[in-house]
Amino acid sequence: MKSQNERKRTFLMIAVPILLLFFMFNTLPLLRGVMYSFTNFRGYGKFDWVGWRNYIDLFTDSRVGNSYWFTFKLALVATILINILSLIMALALNAKIRFKSFLRGMYFIPNILGALVVGYIFSYIFTYILPAITHAASMLADKNWAWVAIVIVCAWQSIAMNTLIYISGLQTVPEDVYEAASLDGATGWNKFRYITFPLIMPFFTINMVLCMKNNLMVFDQIMALTKGGPAQSTESISFLIYNNGMSGGQFGFQSANAVVFFIVIVIISVLQLRFLNKKEEQL
Amino acid sequence: MENLTVKEKFNWPVTILLLLGLFTVLFPLYMTVIIAFKQPSEMTNDVIGLLSFPKAWSFDNFREAMRVTDFWRSLFNSFLITAVTMIVSIAIHSLMGYAVARNMNTSKFYRFSYFYVVSGMFVPFAILMMPLVKQTAQLHIDNMFGVIVLYVVFYMPMNVLLYAGYLKNIPVALEEAAHVDGASTWTTYWKIIFPLMWPMHATVAVLTALGTWNDVMTPLVIMSGSGVNTLPLAQLNFQTQFGTNYNLAFASYLLALLPMLIFYLVAQKQIINGVINGAVK
Repeated sequence: MKSQNERKRTFLMIAVPILLLFFMFNTLPLLRGVMYSFTNFRGYGKFDWVGWRNYIDLFTDSRVGNSYWFTFKLALVATILINILSLIMALALNAKIRFKSFLRGMYFIPNILGALVVGYIFSYIFTYILPAITHAASMLADKNWAWVAIVIVCAWQSIAMNTLIYISGLQTVPEDVYEAASLDGATGWNKFRYITFPLIMPFFTINMVLCMKNNLMVFDQIMALTKGGPAQSTESISFLIYNNGMSGGQFGFQSANAVVFFIVIVIISVLQLRFLNKKEEQL
Repeated sequence: MENLTVKEKFNWPVTILLLLGLFTVLFPLYMTVIIAFKQPSEMTNDVIGLLSFPKAWSFDNFREAMRVTDFWRSLFNSFLITAVTMIVSIAIHSLMGYAVARNMNTSKFYRFSYFYVVSGMFVPFAILMMPLVKQTAQLHIDNMFGVIVLYVVFYMPMNVLLYAGYLKNIPVALEEAAHVDGASTWTTYWKIIFPLMWPMHATVAVLTALGTWNDVMTPLVIMSGSGVNTLPLAQLNFQTQFGTNYNLAFASYLLALLPMLIFYLVAQKQIINGVINGAVK
């Protein structure tokens, strides 16, 4: 009995301070963020309560609207592109190829590099190398094309990670499943469509959710490549909150933006998990 | 396995396609190295001029980049922040995972604690950013210490999830045996449980280190104006000073990428295993 009490006490002495730390630097700032969203705080000086006005203004602010449009367009296109390419890469790297571990190691390199510096390097490619080849203007300077450049840079880095997850998925598929399928006359695409893909569905779920979440929070690439330009066409939600909230005097207003962004991320993650889990069960 | 592969026929078309595809990975790195070694006078406007070898392999650009960006200090700061975050995370998050995993089934408090911490994964930094700037300033920790504290908190949801999951596979009987011998829970943890979790420690170390080393946003908002830089932050802050001297800029980029590339070369297997474990579990 005495040792039971000692065990309980030890666990409490571990958990309570850690929970307090977590509350201090995660929950408390979250609550303060919600609080600021109901004020006209500029980041300094005095502020007043403004009720729901920031939230109402959010829906009529064209800059905020544009940033949501840009971020979702980017996240959706990048997530689909990344997952298709990663699946192809994983199938190739899981085939009976020569130099397997060398190739896998090389293709993973982009993932370990810092997104900001990678962004600067690609910025040079888009500004000088590509125009020198195509004799066209830089993609980054064109407000219809700048977002594509950001998709490319995001994809270049994320494919490595997603490929790796798909490879570990493919390795869970036992060899005799393929043999049985071959005996039944299944080949190529059919084998993938009806056997491989259903079996690696859980890995597809992980990749879609992780990838979508990461892409929705895109920030470093924007800082390195466009700083939101040209003509505010590549302002991601995170970038806008940082830029206008920290130095633009819109602390309160961008807090409301951040609260909405938070809710959106939670809804999307939950929906994605629900939807993809259902598909998994059906198969 | 080795014997099998000798007999197997390799799929050469796919191998060759993959080798050719490496161009997409290596080209940006090749370009970085080439430009970093060149002089501004060697930079012409045509593709061949941009991508040809430099006339001489001189390290002058690197020396200058190190001076301009205060490279060694930034490197030291990055290293310090990453190392301390990693060690503290392993210690604290594994303890929390332990407390939660061992009591979740019997105690509502621990079950709630588990879901409370893990759901923190959905909170984007964007919403915490502005309040945290105020808060760290009020507490006078708008410095490297504050950044470390924040990292330890940010990585807690994922790491507690990983540790708690791993501990489900470690039988409680082990601890009970130690208990009978009179050891306290605290001693039992460090003597028996902690060493058993090495595979998970490696995963947590890799994921936490990769994330903190390359992170820009946290030090950017917390330490802005303090003049203290991390390696990536220095690239951002000195961007304007490089001006149009791309050779200097690229020497600096290469210096910023090198530590991680070298680390990857040395610990490739551990890094890849760590990343897989973290994502799949």
